[in-house]
Amino acid sequence: MKNEWPLWEIFIRGQHGMSHRHVGSLHAPDAEMAIKNARDVYTRRNEGVSIWVVEANNISASSPSDKGPLYEPSESKVYRHPTFFDIPDEVGAM
Amino acid sequence: MTQDEAFLQFLLRMGDNTLILGHRVSEWCGHAPVLEEDIALANTALDLIGQTQMWLGLAGEVDGGQSADDLAFLRDAWDFRNVLMVEVPNEDFGRTMMRQFLFDAWHSIMLGRLIKSSDERVAAIAAKASKEVAYHLERSSDTVVGLGDGTAESHDRMQAALDYLWPYVGEMFASDEIDAEMAKAGIAPNPADLRAEFDALVQRVLADATLTIPESEFAHKGGRNGKMHTEHLGHLLTQMQWLQRAYPGASW
Repeated sequence: MKNEWPLWEIFIRGQHGMSHRHVGSLHAPDAEMAIKNARDVYTRRNEGVSIWVVEANNISASSPSDKGPLYEPSESKVYRHPTFFDIPDEVGAM
Repeated sequence: MTQDEAFLQFLLRMGDNTLILGHRVSEWCGHAPVLEEDIALANTALDLIGQTQMWLGLAGEVDGGQSADDLAFLRDAWDFRNVLMVEVPNEDFGRTMMRQFLFDAWHSIMLGRLIKSSDERVAAIAAKASKEVAYHLERSSDTVVGLGDGTAESHDRMQAALDYLWPYVGEMFASDEIDAEMAKAGIAPNPADLRAEFDALVQRVLADATLTIPESEFAHKGGRNGKMHTEHLGHLLTQMQWLQRAYPGASW
């Protein structure tokens, strides 16, 4: 495993104004090559205008076993959705 | 030689370089050391084949209505006008990337000049191709530096590749009466005039790669004027052209 290149997570922005989305991962020796590889692997059909790469090691993730305490409490709190307000027409699109 | 005849030879030289190198690079498809390099090489090969369609398409028009496919698939080895460097076998990944770098360096400088060609069609092809080639050069020079300045083994392989390929560099800058005709018409630069810029670029990258440029100035020649190709071109053509030769006129 010592000779393996590190794993990078790839984020691509499809259009100006949109946010970057995770599209997959790949191996590369460093960040610059990870961007080049991402260009070749993930944007060859004109998918993107911007690429972010993050070494997978540097991502901290929530643990699946914590999903009870992390997410279930919000299931029963519909009042947190802003659907109970009448929005005046003058406000326009939100 | 008339200007039209010289123009045809110039177009064949451009298109045959990209065709033969594109085919060579495509031989890696499914065989590259890692998936990411496999796709990158295939992308490069496809770019080169796309450029071939434009160069040989224009050559066919100039030459009285042949198609790019006719020129690619129905000519024999002695009709090709590519430089010898693009037809040598891939050998290992290191030699493939070194050849790519040396060609990309010449190609990017050449296209930079052709963008200002007096012939609008040539200028348009060069403008489109130069964006692709700028990326090819970025990628191949990074790889040459990464492997040259890498492990002891990768360094030795890159130095061996450079030693093998260096005698093929000179032909890219050879000039003859065809080049003189093109330069006079403002269609293309005299290749000899590109050498200083090439040397500066290549010396910088190869120094970063901790590689030593051979001192010999010997240059193989015979490809771009069609006098004598290497034995490798015929073998390549048997692969590339077999379908049209076995089933003449076959199409998708």
